[in-house]
Amino acid sequence: MRLAVLETERCVGCQCCMFACSRRQDEAGLTKACLAVKSVGGMRRGFTVIVCRTCDNPPCAKVCPTNAIEPGKEGGVCLDMKKCIGCGHCQDACLIGAILWDDTTNKPMICMHCGYCVKFCPHKVLGLEKKEGVGHVKR
Amino acid sequence: MLKDDPLANILYIDLSNRTFMIKKRPELFDKYIGGTGVAIQLLHEECPTGCDPIGPENPIIFAVGPLTSLFPLASKTVAMFKSPHTGNLGESHCGGRSAVAIRMAGYGAIVFKGASDIPIYLSIHGNKVYFRDASSLWGMGSSATGRIIRENETGGGLRTIMRIGKAGENLVSYASVTTETYRHFGRLGLGAVFGSKKLKAIAISGKSSVPVADTKLYRKMYEEIYQTAVESPVMKKYHDLGTAENIIALNKFGGFPTRNLKEATFEKADAISGEAFAAGYLGRRLACSHCPVGCIHIAAFREPYEDEPYYYKTSMISYDYEPIYSLGSMLGISDPEGILKLMDSVETWGMDAISTGVVLAWATEAQEQGLISEKETMGIKFSWGEPVPYTNATRLITEQSNEFYMALAKGVEYAASLYGNRDSALAFGKNEMAGYHTGPGTHVGNLIGLRHSHLDNAGYSIDQKVLAQKQISPEELADMLLGEERWRQILSSLVVCFFARGIYTPDIVSKLLPLLGFELKHEDINRIGTEIYREKYRFKTKEGFSIDELRIPKRIFEISSPVGKFDETYIRRALDRVKKILEEQGAD
Repeated sequence: MRLAVLETERCVGCQCCMFACSRRQDEAGLTKACLAVKSVGGMRRGFTVIVCRTCDNPPCAKVCPTNAIEPGKEGGVCLDMKKCIGCGHCQDACLIGAILWDDTTNKPMICMHCGYCVKFCPHKVLGLEKKEGVGHVKR
Repeated sequence: MLKDDPLANILYIDLSNRTFMIKKRPELFDKYIGGTGVAIQLLHEECPTGCDPIGPENPIIFAVGPLTSLFPLASKTVAMFKSPHTGNLGESHCGGRSAVAIRMAGYGAIVFKGASDIPIYLSIHGNKVYFRDASSLWGMGSSATGRIIRENETGGGLRTIMRIGKAGENLVSYASVTTETYRHFGRLGLGAVFGSKKLKAIAISGKSSVPVADTKLYRKMYEEIYQTAVESPVMKKYHDLGTAENIIALNKFGGFPTRNLKEATFEKADAISGEAFAAGYLGRRLACSHCPVGCIHIAAFREPYEDEPYYYKTSMISYDYEPIYSLGSMLGISDPEGILKLMDSVETWGMDAISTGVVLAWATEAQEQGLISEKETMGIKFSWGEPVPYTNATRLITEQSNEFYMALAKGVEYAASLYGNRDSALAFGKNEMAGYHTGPGTHVGNLIGLRHSHLDNAGYSIDQKVLAQKQISPEELADMLLGEERWRQILSSLVVCFFARGIYTPDIVSKLLPLLGFELKHEDINRIGTEIYREKYRFKTKEGFSIDELRIPKRIFEISSPVGKFDETYIRRALDRVKKILEEQGAD
């Protein structure tokens, strides 16, 4: 299963998902939020909800110089903090901006598709869905 | 509070010398929780008695609380300052992203002192403060200002951008500060204080963590509160039709001020109801940061350009109960599009919507009575139900184009003191009335409320829930209002949105406080509420406030309310009771 943005236009910008993500990691606040909600050039135009979309052959893994990022078994990628040197190449490689940065550890933060945030999205913007042929499948 | 909570950090910014420093003051938060409790202490410290509200010595204080960023609906920032509108205590609350941004930037409060000699805007990113030249923004509307700062600053999604329009620059005494396009520090003229400091805007962003005493319990309590917020019928109305839901109900009961409260029912209320706005215009709903409710209702309003066919502009305009009252029924306007355009213009200039509407309603009546002519109004013929003259007048007020508009820019109390018609100048403690003529409770509430706002003690709610059922003495009414206002000191110190008052009950609050490192029993909470109330009242008396000198506009006695007519004696008796209680408590 992967976390997916089902309907961006329903988003009211409350950011409860971001707070949930931090809470899931035993933090209160926003430091650990692995997804982002931003306005599309001001609130009048609504919001963009940025989450990892479990690319096939993920660019973030391809550019990691220490193999700290590897495609996960059930979609998405796995990040090995011990191997990560915080170079930020993964962040540059992600076109949609789904790799967030933890300034306290100077390491990337990547969604692990646990779905905890879905419970705290009151407007059905986020959901869990099945994804066929995810990144870990070697072709 | 918890030892390592950054809430204790207070950022002091000196606009005259362009310096800043951070002080840790945990004792202040331990004693007064945060928000309004801390802000009034900072105001006592920083605001010299008798200072000019638009002089450099008037400080601006923002404060958030221990619940901010930890729990849902703890989404408000408290601003405190000396009001240029009333010359006394200025307190205004605002949501948007402001509270979370301040807390996540690592602060419990921010104090602005001094004044800049050139237009500037500030950007506060975590522990860095930048003073930026805002000369190219001066004279701009609030939306355009927001857009330019948005494009020039970092922190997208994690920031607030507070800004003023031209009304603030020109020191209109009820100028507002806008955040995130649609939310406001609306009342009591914070915009003019910004303008007097040549402070066009403030961008604040940050991303940090906040400690809690027990993460497991925290998650459990969070889930309980969150579920109540999304499932409770108490919150449903805010979510569905928004505050505009009240229009039909208040009109039906006969408590909906219309045409400067010459009437309390509007025969065309259906046309400007929450239902009508939703059916015809609702284009989007928005939420403040960390609030799942999403009460902010935005109209998508399409209008043609008259000089060319098939050429349209679409504006996204926020509406709520209060601006529909003040810029709608109060001016007799039943055309929703006319109201939207008027609201949009008030938004662009950056004025408080309630005060603007009440001022214009008074002016209409004054013109009807011949107290002012088109010489004063510069050719404008105010007429109930006609939106265009009112929209044009908002520009003249902002620009203070002649002596009459200079007077209007100081509010209805001042304008009526020059031109007459005082009995229908609907201000309480110099602040224009909100949209409730529900009975004596709302008016006594406005008179004694520490910021003369309907949200101080919600007198309108006592009218509808208590007085509608049974007669109570003015003394009992006063006690109820004071009791509610004291409790609200706690809510606005935590700081939670008053719409969530049904969720954050005293029981829930006393369960949450230990998570935040506060060991307070029920009686401690009551004591702190009383003390904060007293501290605010102490500021007011120091600045010359006197219950005995409160002017009561006679109009409110002439028009029947949902609980019938009431008289001045009833109101004065309630005021006497408040005075007696405060004297006993040594508040002054």
